[in-house]
Amino acid sequence: MIELPTEALWLVIAFPLGGALLLHFAGRWLGEPLAGYLASAASLAALAVAAVAAVPFFTGEGHPSQSLLWEWMPAVGASFEISWDPLSALMTLVVTGVGSLIHIYSVGYMHGDPRFARFFTYLNLFTASMLTLVLAGNYAMLFVGWELVGLCSYLLISFWFTRPSAASAGKKAFVVNRIGDFGFLIALMLIFSTFGTLSYTGVFDRAAQELSGWAPTIIGLMLAAGAVGKSAQIPLYVWLPDAMEGPTPVSALIHAATMVTAGVYVIARSAPIFELAPVASGVVAAVGAITALWAATIAIGQSDIKRVLAYSTISQLGYMFLAVGATAYVAGVFHLMTHAFFKALLFLAAGSVIHAMGGRQDMEEMGGLRKAMPVTFVTMGVGVVAIAGIPPLAGFWSKDEILSVVFNQGGWYTALWLIGLITALLTAFYMFRQFVMVFLGKPRWPEGVTPHESPRSMTVPLVILAILSVAGGLVNTPFRLGLEHFLEPSFEGVRLGHPPEGVGLVLVLAALAVGAGVVGAAMAFFAYHRPPEAWRRFQSGFGKLWGWWENAYGVDDAYGAMLVTPGRRLSEQTAFGVDMKVVDGAVNGVAWLVQATGRLIRPAQSGLVRQYGLWFGLGLVALLIWILVRGVA
Amino acid sequence: MLEVTPGWYMTLAAALFVLGLTGVLVRRNALVMFMSVELMLNAVNLTFVAAGRAAGVLDGQVAVFFVLVVAAAEVVVGLAIIVAIFRRRETASVDELAALRG
Repeated sequence: MIELPTEALWLVIAFPLGGALLLHFAGRWLGEPLAGYLASAASLAALAVAAVAAVPFFTGEGHPSQSLLWEWMPAVGASFEISWDPLSALMTLVVTGVGSLIHIYSVGYMHGDPRFARFFTYLNLFTASMLTLVLAGNYAMLFVGWELVGLCSYLLISFWFTRPSAASAGKKAFVVNRIGDFGFLIALMLIFSTFGTLSYTGVFDRAAQELSGWAPTIIGLMLAAGAVGKSAQIPLYVWLPDAMEGPTPVSALIHAATMVTAGVYVIARSAPIFELAPVASGVVAAVGAITALWAATIAIGQSDIKRVLAYSTISQLGYMFLAVGATAYVAGVFHLMTHAFFKALLFLAAGSVIHAMGGRQDMEEMGGLRKAMPVTFVTMGVGVVAIAGIPPLAGFWSKDEILSVVFNQGGWYTALWLIGLITALLTAFYMFRQFVMVFLGKPRWPEGVTPHESPRSMTVPLVILAILSVAGGLVNTPFRLGLEHFLEPSFEGVRLGHPPEGVGLVLVLAALAVGAGVVGAAMAFFAYHRPPEAWRRFQSGFGKLWGWWENAYGVDDAYGAMLVTPGRRLSEQTAFGVDMKVVDGAVNGVAWLVQATGRLIRPAQSGLVRQYGLWFGLGLVALLIWILVRGVA
Repeated sequence: MLEVTPGWYMTLAAALFVLGLTGVLVRRNALVMFMSVELMLNAVNLTFVAAGRAAGVLDGQVAVFFVLVVAAAEVVVGLAIIVAIFRRRETASVDELAALRG
């Protein structure tokens, strides 16, 4: 077995970063498809290094370690140091694993794009940034990665920036995230002022002694504010649906599998702080549960294939928040992992469909794609069953674990459990609705569209992700708590939420969750496996409610009226009122004053020597008179 | 016998000074203005000498020597400038040399 010193872990970040730099300068010259292969190779190399380095954790011999790359700001405990423990190892494997598949898929998906190489530059840069985030050994380096992934998200959402909608979606994502980052920065400052350091070990070892009163709650809430922005929870989720303007592989990688889970990761990483702040944890759980339900209802009303998945992602992230808020950190990270598999799969399959439909995303125009694209049909079917929580696929195990832990917390968490259960039903409903609308029934394709199966580079990642979506859940089942043992070193000293003890109760809870999934799926099947007129009638049966769902409850309009319009008016007032009139007026006024004074006293400077002499003489006489009158002192 | 008191000298000096000042102010020719300036200088010299003699000290006469030396130097520079201007502009009228008007 190769023994990899942890000092070599910087290679995990260096490979994609090097790839990004190389592609930035030589991408155009490398061209298509070489640039794509190179980026994929960089990502795979990072995966290989991470896999080898993670082996000790799998065999149970590994210990969490820190390796210092270089001193940055030693005074605040902020250096470039890599923290290698089971949690960061798992995140690294998910990011590089799913990331590599999406890189390969993109080679086919981005075929023929004029900025093919630039796309892979961004993709590699994103991978490097995300790895910086998860491998950071302190909050400062985490924040560097946190902001870098935000930048990459912006660049990739507005990748097709000639479309005004894409350009403004990128801006929206950036601005909305900034609101959360504000809270995150406050949390970092509070941590530093309390502990005098930002390093994980320094903070977590002394958290129990030094945090008292409301301090952990406030720090926890501020960290959660950052997480809410990044992970698209209420009230900052509005950027994620718009982020679908980016190319579909981007939606899969950044806005489903990796970046948006950074908020969940941060909360799990800060478990020792949340341990001391039950109020903050409760807020996180409540936000998660409400977001899960809220976004799931909106997903039902969408007809754009990617928007359904976007709201589904928000909803699933809500589950993860619910889990980490209920101190079920392992369950949260578990769902993060399985969600990365099946949501990446769903997005890539949706991308394959969009590719086949010539860029169309409206599910009303699809239908009957089963025969035309058999691989996409089967793999997306696997993803739909997985997210619906039907055993033994991945989504069942992780979702069931979350729900049973939340139930076991008792008290008002029982209400959150109920919300989670309803959401499970809705999840199955909207996913099967999408599946039926896209693949089953009669074709409703517009003229001139002849769908075809996607190239090999796109279908192979689909198949691999489908296998992971089937088997990924088996790493942590009630029979074999593999992941929980694996992650144990990362949550040392943290009380973890657990499912109920009794086997009977566990089975009842699981049966309820599966039942919700099956009922939702069956409802969708019977409602939508009919001619379009029939399901339109079904939809109109909901009355006004359906309009609200279709419109996403009008939240965007409300934000527009409450925040954006007043903000724009304020900017206009400052720009055209305050700046142009007051500030410019003051500057121009000073200039005018100088000119006017000059005009006034200019004639004195006549250039006539004799006139100067006359003044001089008169001055002399005046002085003389003065002296004569006053007398010489 | 008529006594010549320092007041007489002062009156004469004042008259000469005003004569010179008037010349500087009313004449346009730079050369004539220069001569008027010399007249003013010598009016002052007269006061020095008279005051020195009245006080019975040599300080007044010493001051006059300084004034003479400075006046000589001034004439050297001034005349050179006037000649240079005349060669270039063919005039010595100070009213035409008003390029510095604001």
